[in-house]
Amino acid sequence: MELPLAHASQIPLIAYLLVGSVLFVTGITCMIAKRNLIGILIGIELILNAGTVNLVAMSSPFVAGSGLPALDGQVFALFVILLAAAEAAAALAIALTYYGGYATIDVDHGDRLNG
Amino acid sequence: MDFNWLFFWILAAITVTSAVAAVLTTHIVRMAFYLVVCLGAVAGLFFLAGAYFVGAMQLMIYVGGTVVLIGFGVMLTARTPFVRMQTTPDQWLLAMVTAATLGAMLLQATLRYPKPIEPPGIGEPAVSPGRLGTAFLGLRLEAASSGTSSQTGGDGEDAESLGVAYLLPFELVSVHLLAVLIGAAYLARPRRRPDQETGREGEHAGAERSGPGEEPRPAAVAIASGGDS
Repeated sequence: MELPLAHASQIPLIAYLLVGSVLFVTGITCMIAKRNLIGILIGIELILNAGTVNLVAMSSPFVAGSGLPALDGQVFALFVILLAAAEAAAALAIALTYYGGYATIDVDHGDRLNG
Repeated sequence: MDFNWLFFWILAAITVTSAVAAVLTTHIVRMAFYLVVCLGAVAGLFFLAGAYFVGAMQLMIYVGGTVVLIGFGVMLTARTPFVRMQTTPDQWLLAMVTAATLGAMLLQATLRYPKPIEPPGIGEPAVSPGRLGTAFLGLRLEAASSGTSSQTGGDGEDAESLGVAYLLPFELVSVHLLAVLIGAAYLARPRRRPDQETGREGEHAGAERSGPGEEPRPAAVAIASGGDS
């Protein structure tokens, strides 16, 4: 079976990698700059998506210059998505516990152990 | 310009713009909305890359599940309807320096990525959910049929000789999900504080913690007024 788009002008891999880089940098910035615990969680989601973009692009048959069009990268991307869902559930529980203990969601106030 | 590039530019622009907007806004509900837009556009990029199953899972799990969790987190931890937390300029400076350094490093690494070798199986059909499911069950159909092993196996013994199967990580992830859900339910359970039953246990219990549910506001006001800069 011939793909209709596979022989058209393929998107180079570097375009996907650049999108992943921008997502990673914005995620890191979000993690550092936000004071809201949910905002930090959103930054972590952006970082995980950057990794997922790279994994999918590296194993895609539609992206010029990617590796073998095997499904390893897609399986890894699925694992990343599943673990991100688990991480979001655990982080939400931690956020609720933090809110119960400090009555705020601002992480700058969680300095009770800070000497 | 063909449609491949057109859709890629549209989706990449939406992804990058919404990610930057999620960083720049201070409103947490808007951040969650920009995250939804960003994840949806990333799912579109997955569809464009031929990863249909991963794109569908991105839409279902991320946009449908994780964002709902984040929304619940926003609603359960918001004291006022419009929570705004301003970031101080020194925090912005630290974040910008870190982001610029990391961005320069990633840009250099991306531009130095080795020139592509032409993949041999460029005309292969895209990975379908059926093939992905068989890979999860331990069978690698594309490896068995693309000539690396001449015998057209497909039984478990042939796939085991190839050495790559995802049955064990799949089971591990499911057990991990179960453990995380139990742990999250344990962490987020409504608990009775020890100072409610046996008096004040710790000296910080009355000072910094909110009371056991009936009057949490004065402690919060004290923390918020004492810690703001």
